[in-house]
Amino acid sequence: MNTTIAQSLDLTGLSCPLPIVKTARAIKELASGDLIEVLATDPGSVPDFTAWCRSTGHTLVESTLEGGVYRFVVRKR
Amino acid sequence: MEDMLEERTLSRALKRETSIEEEEKNRKLVIFAWSGDLDRMWPTLILATTSAAMGMQTTVFFTFWGLLPLVRNDVRITGENWMQKMLSLMNRGGTEHLKLTKMNFAGAGPAMMRKLARDHKVASPQELLELAQEMGVRLVPCQMTMDLLGLTREDLIDGAEAPAGATSALLDAQDAITLFI
Repeated sequence: MNTTIAQSLDLTGLSCPLPIVKTARAIKELASGDLIEVLATDPGSVPDFTAWCRSTGHTLVESTLEGGVYRFVVRKR
Repeated sequence: MEDMLEERTLSRALKRETSIEEEEKNRKLVIFAWSGDLDRMWPTLILATTSAAMGMQTTVFFTFWGLLPLVRNDVRITGENWMQKMLSLMNRGGTEHLKLTKMNFAGAGPAMMRKLARDHKVASPQELLELAQEMGVRLVPCQMTMDLLGLTREDLIDGAEAPAGATSALLDAQDAITLFI
């Protein structure tokens, strides 16, 4: 399984719904199984990324908080 | 320490969520955008872009005042007769000219709201409308409203679909989540 990050998005500072919408737009360009890393500061993105992955079938591999920045790693279905 | 705690809570939430089985079904959202007010069009476009991001087939049917945001920002007077022209004069179309349902204060309210949105990096209605198109959201103008206001296809933004009626909108909505905003 692919463990290198295929794409990284810095979406810090952006408000709902941009972190999800921009991630959805970017993930379209990736291949199935690819990993995308997203940095965000919107606290709402924590439940939103979980819900989005549940809805789309992508896998939320990692969800961490460091220094006020949320980091999500999603594997494309 | 706090971060570590939060991290543990997050990973627990993750395990719980990923164990929930995905539901595979045809998911659609149809929004009837009736209001052209800033504070209604904003959530309409937020929900439409998010729904498309979630992989839902998304349609917005723009009707009555809700059609005005689909008018190009650079179009000033629209309509064929004096009444329609008068209406457009008092109620300019385009995403840049939306009013608030409350605290409009002759345009000062929306200006402040837009400034707040910029400061908090909330996408503007125009930005969201462009994103919606990029994400494949269908933007359908109501034919009857176009006739009523004397609007032509040229008055509307590029990328708006062919105008349709209530029947096709309702047919589209039959197996969809519907919202009337």
